[in-house]
Amino acid sequence: MGSALGSVIDIVRDNWLLLLIGQYPNGPLGGIACTLILSVLGIVLAFPLSVLLALARISPWRWLNWPATALIYVARGVPLLMIILWVYFLVPLLIGHNVSGFVTMLVTLVLYEGAYLAEVVRAGIEALPKGQMEAARALGHSHLGAMRLVILPQALFNMLPSMLSQFVSTIKETTLGYVINVPELTFAANQINNQLLTKPFQVFFLLAIIYFVVCWSLTWAATRLEQRIEAKRAGTGGARAAKAAPVGAQPLAAEP
Amino acid sequence: MKGFDLLAILLNPEFGKMLLHGVQLTLVVALGSWLLAMSLALVLLCVRLAPNRIAQRGVMAYVSYHRNVPTLVQLMLWYFGIASLLPDALQAWLSEHSAEAVFAIIGLGLCQAAYFTEDLRSGLRSVPPGQTEAARALGHSFIGAMRHVLMPQAVRHAIPALVNHSVSLFKNSSLAMAIGVAELTHAVKEIENQSFRTFETYLLATLMYLGFSLLIMAGGAMLARRTRIAGAR
Repeated sequence: MGSALGSVIDIVRDNWLLLLIGQYPNGPLGGIACTLILSVLGIVLAFPLSVLLALARISPWRWLNWPATALIYVARGVPLLMIILWVYFLVPLLIGHNVSGFVTMLVTLVLYEGAYLAEVVRAGIEALPKGQMEAARALGHSHLGAMRLVILPQALFNMLPSMLSQFVSTIKETTLGYVINVPELTFAANQINNQLLTKPFQVFFLLAIIYFVVCWSLTWAATRLEQRIEAKRAGTGGARAAKAAPVGAQPLAAEP
Repeated sequence: MKGFDLLAILLNPEFGKMLLHGVQLTLVVALGSWLLAMSLALVLLCVRLAPNRIAQRGVMAYVSYHRNVPTLVQLMLWYFGIASLLPDALQAWLSEHSAEAVFAIIGLGLCQAAYFTEDLRSGLRSVPPGQTEAARALGHSFIGAMRHVLMPQAVRHAIPALVNHSVSLFKNSSLAMAIGVAELTHAVKEIENQSFRTFETYLLATLMYLGFSLLIMAGGAMLARRTRIAGAR
């Protein structure tokens, strides 16, 4: 066991740069940097899509409601790997030239996370007391104006912890970029494993530890944030906080 | 580009067989790991509830590890890493008996057990404490109260979360492709390579995955409705 731990440290010492930034500047940016950039871009771009999808999903107009619902069910029911294959096949057909694995993965994440986040946003909107919308409409706001100025600011604030845990899921999902040769962290670890050949356990154990440290600290931050938001809501009105409490629970399974 | 033709895939004896084999393997991996996950989750739940600090911490660490490490990395650690530490005789035996599938079931099952055990625990927490006290006062042992009074209610509360996580377990079975299991996604890539009918092949696979996922969701909703106790919260 001691020697196994020693060789994990050796692997870190010999390959830390590859794990951190991949083969940059001699090649594309990779490693943890690539994983994080991919996840941040993915969640940031997925966010506006998710708000639109959520608004479409709760809208009373059928021609808005149905396509959004269908898209969300497809994302919930089809493996991410299958969606990657679709994007890999369809995006070059649609725009007329090939795209890199990074772009393919980014487009996939935006679509997939957009659908999952939309359910989070919808749960946040539906958890607000009905009186909020009624009061805003009574004050003369249009439906969209009330959404933008009254409902969404409150709902999105309450949803911050769920969004952070969705970000953790996104980090975990970027590992699938390995399948289409995106040079992210899992890919870098496989490169190291192919060079060493004799230490597969140590390499993948190290990989698991790195992911654990990154995701665990973010999960911890999400829990803290949730406690602070609960406390803040309890301060403004105990009855409302108690009513909205179950929303803190994940509306959907965050995977993989 | 050839015209759209689903039957060219379905009626081709070779492709049809590959597709069928892929679906079979996907179902075997998904079902196998579901059974493993559920039995392990029950064991973990019992350990978590035991009045022993160290045991509780152990289960918490187990859950935390499996929820914060990507499933694909866990599968790789099992198949490439832990497999290489096993005795040579066992390794040889496993590689003759489709080691990929065995490790995929172990990896996915252990990972999902962490989610299931948390679902069951939060189901148990939503049962009012008076239920335990009443059951114990009526003379049930701890295990008896658990089995006859608490768990039947807890599982009902946990059904929606368990169903969501069962669907994601089913979807995650596609990750087994990365360690060489010839399941549905793997078969799809093979057929696509040979037939050049990318659109049709992907469409078939997507419909199959979607069909099974919706079936699990509908089954879960039906189970929740059927087992609902009238008047219960």
